[in-house]
Amino acid sequence: MADDRFIYVTYIRTTQEKVWNALKEPEFTRQYFFGVTVESKWTPDSAWRMVHPDGKVTDSGKVVEIDPPRRLVLSWRNEFKPELTAEGYSRATFELETQGDMVKLTVVHEIAKQGSKLIEAVSGGWPIILSSLKSLLETGKPLERSQSK
Amino acid sequence: MSMDAVFRALADPNRRLLLDRLHARNGQSLNELCEGLGMSRQAVTKHLVILEDANLIAAIRRGRERFHFLNPVPINEIAERWIGKYERGRLQALAQLKKNLEGDHNG
Repeated sequence: MADDRFIYVTYIRTTQEKVWNALKEPEFTRQYFFGVTVESKWTPDSAWRMVHPDGKVTDSGKVVEIDPPRRLVLSWRNEFKPELTAEGYSRATFELETQGDMVKLTVVHEIAKQGSKLIEAVSGGWPIILSSLKSLLETGKPLERSQSK
Repeated sequence: MSMDAVFRALADPNRRLLLDRLHARNGQSLNELCEGLGMSRQAVTKHLVILEDANLIAAIRRGRERFHFLNPVPINEIAERWIGKYERGRLQALAQLKKNLEGDHNG
Protein backbone atom coordinates (compact mmCIF):
# COMPACT_ATOMS: atom_id res chain seq x y z
CA MET A 1 0.00 0.00 0.00
CA ALA A 2 1.31 3.42 -0.94
CA ASP A 3 -0.33 5.08 2.04
CA ASP A 4 0.55 5.20 5.66
CA ARG A 5 -2.22 4.32 8.06
CA PHE A 6 -3.13 2.96 11.44
CA ILE A 7 -6.26 1.20 12.50
CA TYR A 8 -7.43 0.98 16.07
CA VAL A 9 -10.40 -0.95 17.33
CA THR A 10 -11.94 -0.87 20.76
CA TYR A 11 -15.10 -2.46 22.12
CA ILE A 12 -17.01 -0.37 24.62
CA ARG A 13 -19.88 -1.61 26.76
CA THR A 14 -22.29 1.26 26.14
CA THR A 15 -24.64 2.60 23.47
CA GLN A 16 -23.73 3.87 20.03
CA GLU A 17 -25.26 7.29 20.83
CA LYS A 18 -23.03 7.70 23.88
CA VAL A 19 -19.88 6.88 21.91
CA TRP A 20 -20.97 9.21 19.12
CA ASN A 21 -21.56 12.08 21.55
CA ALA A 22 -18.27 11.43 23.32
CA LEU A 23 -16.43 11.96 20.02
CA LYS A 24 -17.73 15.47 19.59
CA GLU A 25 -18.90 16.91 22.92
CA PRO A 26 -16.27 19.13 24.56
CA GLU A 27 -17.24 18.02 28.08
CA PHE A 28 -16.29 14.48 27.07
CA THR A 29 -13.23 15.09 24.90
CA ARG A 30 -11.68 17.23 27.64
CA GLN A 31 -11.74 14.20 29.94
CA TYR A 32 -10.20 11.54 27.74
CA PHE A 33 -8.38 13.39 24.95
CA PHE A 34 -5.39 14.94 26.79
CA GLY A 35 -7.59 17.83 27.95
CA VAL A 36 -8.41 19.13 24.46
CA THR A 37 -11.81 20.29 23.34
CA VAL A 38 -13.09 19.68 19.83
CA GLU A 39 -15.07 22.47 18.20
CA SER A 40 -17.22 22.19 15.08
CA LYS A 41 -20.76 22.68 13.79
CA TRP A 42 -20.60 18.99 12.81
CA THR A 43 -22.19 19.47 9.40
CA PRO A 44 -20.66 18.27 6.11
CA ASP A 45 -17.88 20.57 4.96
CA SER A 46 -17.80 22.58 8.18
CA ALA A 47 -14.48 23.22 9.87
CA TRP A 48 -13.38 21.50 13.06
CA ARG A 49 -10.53 22.27 15.37
CA MET A 50 -8.98 20.88 18.47
CA VAL A 51 -8.06 23.34 21.18
CA HIS A 52 -5.59 22.68 23.97
CA PRO A 53 -6.48 23.99 27.48
CA ASP A 54 -3.86 26.74 26.97
CA GLY A 55 -5.85 28.05 23.98
CA LYS A 56 -3.53 26.77 21.23
CA VAL A 57 -5.11 25.03 18.25
CA THR A 58 -3.39 21.65 18.02
CA ASP A 59 -5.15 20.11 15.01
CA SER A 60 -7.77 21.19 12.51
CA GLY A 61 -9.56 20.25 9.32
CA LYS A 62 -12.98 19.76 7.78
CA VAL A 63 -15.87 17.41 8.34
CA VAL A 64 -15.73 15.28 5.18
CA GLU A 65 -18.59 12.94 5.98
CA ILE A 66 -20.99 12.71 8.91
CA ASP A 67 -23.65 10.05 9.35
CA PRO A 68 -24.80 10.01 13.01
CA PRO A 69 -24.32 7.79 14.92
CA ARG A 70 -22.42 5.56 12.50
CA ARG A 71 -19.66 7.25 10.58
CA LEU A 72 -17.54 10.38 10.85
CA VAL A 73 -14.75 11.26 8.43
CA LEU A 74 -12.48 14.21 9.15
CA SER A 75 -9.67 15.76 7.17
CA TRP A 76 -6.96 16.34 9.73
CA ARG A 77 -3.87 18.48 9.88
CA ASN A 78 -1.56 18.96 12.80
CA GLU A 79 -1.16 22.65 13.65
CA PHE A 80 1.49 22.77 16.34
CA LYS A 81 4.54 20.97 14.97
CA PRO A 82 5.75 22.62 11.73
CA GLU A 83 7.22 19.38 10.34
CA LEU A 84 3.85 17.66 10.82
CA THR A 85 1.83 20.61 9.46
CA ALA A 86 4.04 20.40 6.35
CA GLU A 87 2.72 16.91 5.63
CA GLY A 88 -0.68 18.43 4.93
CA TYR A 89 -4.02 16.80 5.46
CA SER A 90 -4.52 13.28 6.70
CA ARG A 91 -7.87 11.56 7.07
CA ALA A 92 -9.43 10.14 10.20
CA THR A 93 -12.43 7.83 9.93
CA PHE A 94 -14.51 6.81 12.93
CA GLU A 95 -16.92 3.93 12.50
CA LEU A 96 -19.38 2.79 15.16
CA GLU A 97 -21.20 -0.49 15.12
CA THR A 98 -23.32 -2.10 17.83
CA GLN A 99 -22.42 -5.74 18.50
CA GLY A 100 -24.64 -7.22 21.20
CA ASP A 101 -24.25 -5.05 24.29
CA MET A 102 -21.03 -3.49 23.02
CA VAL A 103 -20.11 -0.84 20.52
CA LYS A 104 -17.23 -1.55 18.18
CA LEU A 105 -15.38 1.69 17.54
CA THR A 106 -12.91 1.62 14.65
CA VAL A 107 -10.56 4.53 14.07
CA VAL A 108 -8.55 4.64 10.85
CA HIS A 109 -6.01 7.42 10.53
CA GLU A 110 -4.34 7.58 7.11
CA ILE A 111 -2.35 9.82 4.84
CA ALA A 112 -1.39 9.53 1.15
CA LYS A 113 2.31 9.34 1.94
CA GLN A 114 4.76 6.71 3.14
CA GLY A 115 6.82 7.08 6.30
CA SER A 116 4.54 9.81 7.62
CA LYS A 117 5.72 11.52 10.80
CA LEU A 118 2.13 12.57 11.53
CA ILE A 119 0.88 8.97 11.45
CA GLU A 120 3.81 7.98 13.65
CA ALA A 121 2.97 10.78 16.09
CA VAL A 122 -0.76 10.08 16.33
CA SER A 123 -0.24 6.32 16.52
CA GLY A 124 1.14 6.61 20.05
CA GLY A 125 -1.75 8.78 21.20
CA TRP A 126 -4.77 6.91 19.87
CA PRO A 127 -4.42 3.75 22.00
CA ILE A 128 -4.28 5.87 25.18
CA ILE A 129 -7.19 8.05 24.06
CA LEU A 130 -9.34 5.07 23.09
CA SER A 131 -8.55 3.14 26.29
CA SER A 132 -9.48 6.24 28.25
CA LEU A 133 -12.69 6.77 26.28
CA LYS A 134 -13.64 3.15 27.03
CA SER A 135 -12.87 3.64 30.71
CA LEU A 136 -14.83 6.90 30.84
CA LEU A 137 -17.94 5.43 29.20
CA GLU A 138 -17.86 2.16 31.14
CA THR A 139 -16.88 3.40 34.59
CA GLY A 140 -17.46 7.15 34.50
CA LYS A 141 -13.74 7.76 34.99
CA PRO A 142 -11.11 8.44 32.33
CA LEU A 143 -7.52 7.24 32.64
CA GLU A 144 -5.20 9.70 34.35
CA ARG A 145 -2.57 9.37 31.65
CA SER A 146 -5.01 10.76 29.09
CA GLN A 147 -5.74 13.96 30.95
CA SER A 148 -2.74 16.17 30.34
CA LYS A 149 -0.34 16.35 27.45
CA MET B 1 -13.77 -9.14 24.00
CA SER B 2 -12.51 -10.44 27.31
CA MET B 3 -9.01 -10.16 28.64
CA ASP B 4 -8.99 -13.99 28.69
CA ALA B 5 -9.15 -13.97 24.90
CA VAL B 6 -6.21 -11.55 24.78
CA PHE B 7 -4.04 -13.71 27.03
CA ARG B 8 -5.05 -16.92 25.25
CA ALA B 9 -4.15 -15.35 21.93
CA LEU B 10 -0.80 -14.17 23.30
CA ALA B 11 0.01 -17.60 24.78
CA ASP B 12 0.99 -19.04 21.39
CA PRO B 13 4.53 -18.34 20.09
CA ASN B 14 3.41 -18.39 16.45
CA ARG B 15 0.79 -15.75 17.13
CA ARG B 16 3.33 -13.62 18.96
CA LEU B 17 5.59 -14.02 15.93
CA LEU B 18 2.80 -12.72 13.69
CA LEU B 19 2.35 -9.73 16.02
CA ASP B 20 6.12 -9.13 15.90
CA ARG B 21 6.01 -9.14 12.11
CA LEU B 22 3.19 -6.59 12.13
CA HIS B 23 5.07 -4.54 14.68
CA ALA B 24 8.06 -4.51 12.32
CA ARG B 25 5.85 -3.57 9.37
CA ASN B 26 2.20 -2.76 9.87
CA GLY B 27 -0.53 -3.31 7.29
CA GLN B 28 0.58 -6.61 5.69
CA SER B 29 -1.53 -8.90 3.54
CA LEU B 30 -1.94 -12.62 4.23
CA ASN B 31 0.58 -13.42 1.48
CA GLU B 32 3.16 -11.09 3.00
CA LEU B 33 2.60 -12.51 6.47
CA CYS B 34 3.07 -16.07 5.17
CA GLU B 35 6.40 -15.26 3.53
CA GLY B 36 9.34 -17.10 5.07
CA LEU B 37 7.25 -18.70 7.80
CA GLY B 38 7.33 -22.44 8.39
CA MET B 39 3.53 -22.42 8.62
CA SER B 40 0.86 -23.33 6.13
CA ARG B 41 -1.39 -20.63 4.78
CA GLN B 42 -4.29 -22.27 6.61
CA ALA B 43 -2.42 -22.20 9.91
CA VAL B 44 -1.56 -18.52 9.50
CA THR B 45 -5.21 -17.75 8.63
CA LYS B 46 -6.35 -19.59 11.76
CA HIS B 47 -3.93 -17.67 13.96
CA LEU B 48 -5.01 -14.37 12.39
CA VAL B 49 -8.67 -15.14 13.19
CA ILE B 50 -7.79 -15.78 16.85
CA LEU B 51 -5.75 -12.55 17.01
CA GLU B 52 -8.58 -10.61 15.38
CA ASP B 53 -11.16 -12.12 17.76
CA ALA B 54 -9.00 -11.00 20.68
CA ASN B 55 -8.89 -7.53 19.07
CA LEU B 56 -5.10 -7.67 18.94
CA ILE B 57 -5.14 -7.06 15.22
CA ALA B 58 -7.56 -5.26 12.93
CA ALA B 59 -7.93 -5.82 9.21
CA ILE B 60 -9.03 -3.51 6.47
CA ARG B 61 -10.11 -4.51 2.98
CA ARG B 62 -8.65 -2.66 0.03
CA GLY B 63 -9.76 -4.11 -3.29
CA ARG B 64 -9.36 -7.87 -3.23
CA GLU B 65 -6.92 -8.00 -0.35
CA ARG B 66 -7.14 -7.65 3.39
CA PHE B 67 -4.37 -5.83 5.21
CA HIS B 68 -3.62 -6.56 8.85
CA PHE B 69 -2.72 -4.00 11.48
CA LEU B 70 -1.47 -4.37 15.01
CA ASN B 71 -4.16 -3.04 17.35
CA PRO B 72 -2.43 -1.92 20.55
CA VAL B 73 -5.62 -0.91 22.38
CA PRO B 74 -6.08 -4.16 24.42
CA ILE B 75 -2.37 -4.22 25.33
CA ASN B 76 -2.63 -0.60 26.41
CA GLU B 77 -5.59 -1.56 28.60
CA ILE B 78 -3.47 -4.26 30.24
CA ALA B 79 -0.68 -1.74 30.81
CA GLU B 80 -3.11 0.77 32.30
CA ARG B 81 -4.59 -1.87 34.59
CA TRP B 82 -1.35 -3.07 36.14
CA ILE B 83 1.43 -0.69 35.21
CA GLY B 84 -0.44 2.62 35.19
CA LYS B 85 -0.79 2.37 38.95
CA TYR B 86 2.99 2.21 39.48
CA GLU B 87 3.58 5.00 37.04
CA ARG B 88 1.09 7.13 38.99
CA GLY B 89 3.03 6.44 42.18
CA ARG B 90 6.24 7.52 40.52
CA LEU B 91 4.64 10.66 39.14
CA GLN B 92 3.24 11.53 42.56
CA ALA B 93 6.68 11.00 44.11
CA LEU B 94 8.21 13.30 41.50
CA ALA B 95 5.52 15.90 42.06
CA GLN B 96 6.20 15.80 45.80
CA LEU B 97 9.95 16.08 45.22
CA LYS B 98 9.42 19.09 42.98
CA LYS B 99 7.18 20.69 45.59
CA ASN B 100 9.74 20.09 48.34
CA LEU B 101 12.65 21.41 46.28
CA GLU B 102 10.78 24.47 45.11
CA GLY B 103 9.58 25.03 48.65
CA ASP B 104 13.21 25.14 49.82
CA HIS B 105 14.10 27.81 47.30
CA ASN B 106 11.01 29.90 47.35
CA GLY B 107 10.23 29.84 51.01
